[in-house]
This record gives sequence, structure tokens and C-alpha cells, in this order.
Amino acid sequence: MFDLAIGDFGHLFVIISFISSLIATIAYFKASQANPLYNQNNSKDFISWRNFARWTYFLHAFSVFGVVVSLFSLIYGHHYEYHYAWSHSSNSLPWYYMISCFWEGQEGSFLLWIFWHVLLGLILIKVNKTWEAPLMAVFCLVQTFLASMIIGVVIPVLEIKIGSSPFILLKDYMGNLPVYSINPNFIPKDGTGLNPLLQNYWMVIHPPTLFLGFAATIVPFAYMMAGLWQKQYKEWVRPALPWALFASVVLGTGILMGGYWAYETLNFGGYWNWDPVENAVFVPWLILIACIHTMIIYRNNSSALVMSIILVAAMYILILYSTFLTRSGILGESSVHSFTDLGLSGQLFIYLMTFIALVIFLISKTWKNIPKTDKDLSIYTRDFWIFIGVATLCVAAFQIITTTSFPVYNAIGRSFGLKWNIAAPPDQEAHYSFWQIGFAILIAFLSGIGQFFWWQKIDSKKLWNSIAVPIILAFLITSIILISGPIGWTDIKIERPSYILLLLFSLFSLFSNISIFFSVIKNNYRLAGGAIAHIGVALMLIGILYSSGFSKTISLNSSGLLYSKQLSNEQNAENILLFRNDPQRMKEFSLKYKGSRLEAKGYPDYLNKDYLIQLENPELVVTRKDVVYDGEVYYKKGDTIKISPENTYYEVEYTKNGKDTFNLFPRLQKNKKMGSIASPDIKRFAGRDLYSHLSMVPVEDEEREWSETEEYKVRQGDTIFINDYITILDEMERLTSLPAIKLAPEDIAVRAHIRILGKEGKNFSLHPVYVIKISEGNMVGIVPDVNEDLGIRVALLNIDPKTETFTLGVNTSQKDYIILKVVEKPLINLLWLGTFLLVIGMTMAIVRRYQEFKKMRDKGQEV
Amino acid sequence: MKTSHIILLVIIAVAIGVIISTTGDASQYVSFKEAYQMSKDGDDDKVHVVGKLKKAPDGTIVGMFYNPIINPNRFEFILVDNNKEEHPVIYQNAKPQDFDKSEQVVIVGNVKGNVFVADEILMKCPSKYEEKEVKASL
Repeated sequence: MFDLAIGDFGHLFVIISFISSLIATIAYFKASQANPLYNQNNSKDFISWRNFARWTYFLHAFSVFGVVVSLFSLIYGHHYEYHYAWSHSSNSLPWYYMISCFWEGQEGSFLLWIFWHVLLGLILIKVNKTWEAPLMAVFCLVQTFLASMIIGVVIPVLEIKIGSSPFILLKDYMGNLPVYSINPNFIPKDGTGLNPLLQNYWMVIHPPTLFLGFAATIVPFAYMMAGLWQKQYKEWVRPALPWALFASVVLGTGILMGGYWAYETLNFGGYWNWDPVENAVFVPWLILIACIHTMIIYRNNSSALVMSIILVAAMYILILYSTFLTRSGILGESSVHSFTDLGLSGQLFIYLMTFIALVIFLISKTWKNIPKTDKDLSIYTRDFWIFIGVATLCVAAFQIITTTSFPVYNAIGRSFGLKWNIAAPPDQEAHYSFWQIGFAILIAFLSGIGQFFWWQKIDSKKLWNSIAVPIILAFLITSIILISGPIGWTDIKIERPSYILLLLFSLFSLFSNISIFFSVIKNNYRLAGGAIAHIGVALMLIGILYSSGFSKTISLNSSGLLYSKQLSNEQNAENILLFRNDPQRMKEFSLKYKGSRLEAKGYPDYLNKDYLIQLENPELVVTRKDVVYDGEVYYKKGDTIKISPENTYYEVEYTKNGKDTFNLFPRLQKNKKMGSIASPDIKRFAGRDLYSHLSMVPVEDEEREWSETEEYKVRQGDTIFINDYITILDEMERLTSLPAIKLAPEDIAVRAHIRILGKEGKNFSLHPVYVIKISEGNMVGIVPDVNEDLGIRVALLNIDPKTETFTLGVNTSQKDYIILKVVEKPLINLLWLGTFLLVIGMTMAIVRRYQEFKKMRDKGQEV
Repeated sequence: MKTSHIILLVIIAVAIGVIISTTGDASQYVSFKEAYQMSKDGDDDKVHVVGKLKKAPDGTIVGMFYNPIINPNRFEFILVDNNKEEHPVIYQNAKPQDFDKSEQVVIVGNVKGNVFVADEILMKCPSKYEEKEVKASL
């Protein structure tokens, strides 16, 4: 039976949450009008509106929790009569991945965003004394738009669908399935499952982090809008600043977690792919960083104030724009992340346009009242350097969004009836790098020099005194690095001028900020956040320069054969072919492919596929050998083992310089939703990562092509030739038990011991089995054995007891192989270390700025 | 002229540069006919061609060649573009996983000599992201 109650409750909560946030918007609006910030009266009218608004908001919060609980219980309780549970979950999914199911779908990810908003709203109500009403009016307006995305209601007469509810029954979603005409109460027994690619701990924490960052960007925006509306042109900045920092630190961490996941899981070959969805989130983050800088200096500089207002507005519009790009389906096939279109594109477009209009209206209406200055900038002020830095960040963001928006241009062109067919640049990396390296050089330079101006107004003499040491150090180390390539200390030769400049200025920034750090920390460690964050940025830039700029494919084809006459082979010989157990040299490594492996829950190592017999259920195998790890027997011969069938690992043994040996297990995932996906395995050294992924594996067993069977009649001790290998039938053995087949006492099972003499004295043995089940009417069972190193399969086809001859059936096939691509990523750890410092530095800044806000609030000087 | 004006001018100049470079680097979706015409005219810009794999009436793919034993970095196939024009394509890389199952193929590259050399292959697979059928287990 359908459990309709959960869905009905869920849907009811969705509707309540939408209506309550709409009412809260109006009530907070009324409260703000009754008690404007510039003329506070705390009238009775105000208090009653505010209290009403608060309680409506609490109701909203409650109903959102209700939606979350309902949706989670659908997933957790395997209620497959609901589309959401069916398409995102399955019976075998562990509970911690059920959390990921929650946001795999578009509706759930909206819900996650709404949920974070609710929590942030509660905090804002708690910490603000005077700002609450106007702030929450803006806040609730945004929330109303978001809630409308999952409301899933059809307006009766107009036939317009608003939002897409996560509580749709499967039957309503796919009602035309033939099953329902036979059985209208059909409930699938299992769901289609969470995309196995997302069954990864990063995918449990990356989306919530990213969405918390997304959600937090509303806070500075709402303060700014409230400030303009309430004529508090300057005062909004202080309370907004810690939140802007919080949003940027969380969003930045979320973006990098995504990059790290992609690095570990996808075969892009890197942490950043200039994917439209990555870009769409990165761009508002850049603008957010820019506006944090202007917000810090707003007090003494009205130009900075004007910029803060414009940048906060631009940042939030870009957040909405990125939501539109990701969720309207406009990106189509150009991104790995984009959601399928749920018919929300119109609604998302209205959402975006409403806020663009609102922002333009409010800024232009108040423009003449916003304080401005005619004072010109002097080069010897920190403001000058900050403005240049802000400008650089903005132009960098502009460059990325201009290229990312290609699908949008086509859509706009088409809406005017033009046949536009422009496509993104073929070499995206080169296109973006051309500009972004330039911007990175500037940012490195500015973050080095700007810090000196930060702490004091400096004249030219003092400036030279303080930056002399960092400059000398930067030049010295850059020179050492530059010559270390040609003289053979390292194999990295830096030749491009842009790389040299980036290295030089990043080092300059690093040393400048280190020196600032030491001089600041002497006085007050609380103020060191900026220096630490900038040290982090400098390290990140160096890490990116090396790991991307000098990322080197080392699996180059070294056979010396020129394969193609038509085309030169230089550019694209990046893949290496490895036959099983046939070592190949690759730079200082010797690589040996050792075979395919599977993983089982509860077993710490990989299982060798050669010793496993697949049962009909893809999740079950039987082992032909005892499975031992670290002296402990995990499975006995004949045990049935539960495996994760979608993942196959290919063990490759690396021997470095003939001494150190390690194994890597790049993975191939048969992903029901996305096809075959290769994931790398990474060996981490202190100075570099060795990144290996499969470019190709031969077809699976069932699709494999074998030669026609050749039959040999042999006796014990006879010798035959298979594929030119000497093959000997050593002996026959009677078996009393077999893995995966039950034997009755009268049944006969015989195993042949066959020896193949391989090259260089290497011998292989094969053990085909022949079974006669006398207990089941002389049924014959044949279990062939395969040697993957040689690509030979031998079956025991018949036994003639009179002549004591045995019939062997032999097939040959392609030897087992994999094609591997191996890339070296130098100094990638600097990127992660830098990120870590950036987060620490910014967190220190959040604490400091929040304390400033609290101090003023408690003095009653919130506005 | 004030410093801030100079800064503003520089920003505008860079922004214009960005727009020009984006237009310059942009590629186009073209048919094979146009791609070959471009090569004849000496234009070696990279283009996108959308098409399908050539298939025999029984659904098997025709003209596809990949032998990793000989060369793991060379993959050839025949693409039929939207105007039903077919041409061989060379991809100097490993054959993409699931290539045979793709519904639609986008190749990015240009015509060199008489063949289209793809630098990148994008595939549209039928089952991507949204399961369209229920495997009903009654």
C-alpha cells in the first residue's frame, strides 16, 4: 500500500513554509515602516508587527524542519512509491549515504539551501537588536522565492506549474508506465540508488558546505539592501562584514572540497576544469573577496563605501545567476554538474530579474544620498592599492563569466530568431590561463605590497626599507629555482615569462606577508588574520603554478615505434599499454599490471577477481581460496562474499628505481546513471602527486571474444602446444567438494592439473574441472579455467574412462591488459596547505570583526 | 587627469580586451561541409561538429577502429553529421569508455589533410543523469 501520509504531511509543510515566509516578509516590512532605523520610536505598532513577524518566521522554520524530516523519512524508510526516494536511494545504501540522497536531486538541494537560510535567519534574529525588521524583510523575501521552487502547485485556471515538489508519487511522475495499467498500486521493490560516484565521504560534506556558503551570502546582501532602504548608507557595513567573511570562507572551502573531490574521483586530471558550474560559483566568490576588501576600509573612504554597495549587489546577483545557469538546464551537456531541467527555468528567470530590478531601483533611488568624495587617490595610501586589487579581482571575474555564459548568448540569440551557433573556446584551459595567469601575477604583487600600506601610511623611503628584504629574497629564490632546472637539480624548467613572473611575485607576497605577520603578532595576535590569509594565497598560487603549469604526463609511449604515417605522434601519445604481469618502464618507475580486484565491505584489502566465482546476484561471489589479510582469515574457501559490483580496481605495481615498491588501484566504475567512469588512484609524495587513471580496459567477461574451440585428446603426462606454449597435462585429481557447487556423495568431480611453460622459465597452471552429477540424472558440469596473463582458456570437455583419455577444449583471446595514463603533479600539497592557512586567517578575521560588531551593538550604537 | 580616472580607463581597456579575446577564441558548431571548406581556405580554427556514429541497418557500428595493442593512442571512427554527410575522424588518444553506447557525438578539432582530427570528444549518452525506465520487478 502507498504510504500517502508522509507525502501529504511533507507537501503541507512545504505549502506552510511558503505562505509563512511570504507573511513574514510583509510583517517585517510593516514593522520596518512603523519603526524606521533613522527614526526609532519603538511604537506599539512596531512591537506588535515585529512579534507577529517573528512568530510567523518561527512557524516557517518549524515547517521547513517538517519538510526535511518528511523527506528524510521517505528516503530512510525506502518508500519507493515516491519518485524522490525511488530515484535517489536504494535498499543497500548505508545510512550515511542516505544523507547524500537528500541533495542529489534538484528539489532536495533547494531544500538544503532553504534549511541553511532558516538557521541563519534564526541566528540573525537572535544577534541583532535594531536591524532585525528591515534585515529580515529582505531575507524573507528571498526565502519566499526559494520556497516557491519546491512548492509544486499548479495554478488552476492558468495551468501554470509553480515549483517542483519532492513529494511526488512515482505514479504521478511516470504514470504512463505499463505497470500501472496492470497494477495501479505498484511499488518498486528497490530504488535506482544514489549515483555511486557520489558515494564518497566528500559528497557527504561538500554539498552542505557549498550550500551553507551560498546561503550565507544573503546576509551581507540583506544588510546592504536594508541599509539603503533605511537610509543607513554607512552603518550596514559593520554588522555585514563578519558575515561576508563567513560566507566567503565557507563558500571557498566548499569550492575547494569540490575541486578535491574531482581530483580524487573524476578523470579530468585535475582539481579545476573550468567547468561552467565551477566557474559560476567561483565568480561570485571572487566578487565577495573584492567587496570584503572595500568593506574593511569604508569608514575613511566614501569611494570604498560606494564600491561596497555595488559589489555586494553584484555578488548576490551573480549567486542568483549561477543558480539560474546550473538549474535551468541551459548548460545542457556542457557541464558535469548541471541538473536536469525541472521546468523551473521560467521561475528562476523571474527570481533573477526581480532581484536585479530591486537592486537597480534601490541603488538609483538612493544614489544621491550615498556619501561620495572628490578626493583623488595617492599612490602612497593603502586605499589606492586596495582599489587596484579589487579592480583586478573584478576583471578576473568578468573574464570568467564572459566565457562561461556562452550557452546564454546562444539562447538570447535564438530568442530573437537568430541562428547563433557559437561554442566555447576549443582549448578552454589555454583561453582562461592566458588571462587568469596575468591577473594572478597582479594579485600576488598587490597582496604583497598592499599589506605594507595596510598597517601604516608610508612614505617612499620607509616603504623601500620594509620591502627590500622580501624583494631580495624573492629574486634570490626565483633565480636559484630558475637555474636549478638547467643544471639538473630538478627536472622542472621554468621558461615561460608569465610563469617566472608568477613565481617571483608569489614569493614576494609570501615573504612580505611573513614579515608583516611577525611584526603584527608582536602587538596583537588577533590582527594577524590578514597576514595569514595572504600567506595562504601566495602558497596556493605557487601550488597551482607548479601542479598545473608543470603537470607532466609520464606515461608517454616510449616504445619508439612511429604508429602513424599520416600524423605526427608527438602531441597525443599519453597512454601506456600494460599487459598483465608484463612490466613496462616509465621514467624512473617500472609498472606492472597485476589484475583486476574487487572490494567487499568489512574486508580491509582488495579481493583478487581471479579467485572469485560470480553468482547470479551481481553482489555475490564465491571464493576459491581462503582470503587472508595480515594473518587473519576473513573468508574460507567456498564462502559467499558480498561485494560492491559496480567498482573494479586494477592493481598496478610501481617499482621506483628498482627498489621501492608500491601498488596503486585505479578504479573503473560501471555507473548505472552515467556509464563507465574511471577514477584515479593517487600516490602522494611530499613534493608531488603521482596521479594514475585508466584510459581504457578490455571489455567485460561476457562480451569478450574467444577464438573457436580447439579440441585435444590427451592422456596424463601428454604434451600439446597452445599458442606456441608447451602445455603439459600433469595429473588428474578426484575432488570431494567444490566451491559454489554442492556435491552429493555419488557425484564425480575431477580436476585437471595443467602446466603451461611460459617465456623466461615462468610457469602457469590451469585447473579446469569436470563434474558429473549422478544425483541429478548424470548432469554434466564444466568449469573452465582462464589464464589472463596468456589469454588462454581451457575446459575439460569429456572423460573417456576406457581409454583414459581426456578431451580438452582450448580457446584463446586477447591477453588481459589495461591502458593507463600517469601524470605527475608537483607541489600540489602547497595548494592544500595554502587553502588551510587561508581558512585559518579568514576565521581569525571573522572573530575580530564580529567582536567589533558586538561591542558597538552592546553600546547601543548598532546603527 | 585624476588617478582614479586612469584606473577606470585601464579597467575598461582590459574589459574590452577580454571581450575581444573571448570572441576571437570562440569556436563554432559547423557541418562537415563547412569544416572541409575551412581547411581548403587555409583556416585552421578548431570547430565543433555534431553527429552520430555510422551504423549498419542491424545497429552495429561501421568503420570504427581501435587496436590498443598496435597503438593505444589512435582511435578512428566514422561520423555522420546532421546533414547526413559522413567522414572519417581520427582521435589521437585512447578510445573513450562507453563510446559505442553514445547517442550523439560532438567532436572538437579541425580538418588536417583529408581527415578530421579531433582533439576532444564529447558524448551524449542516453542514460545520463535521469533514469527514464523502471525495471519493473513485479
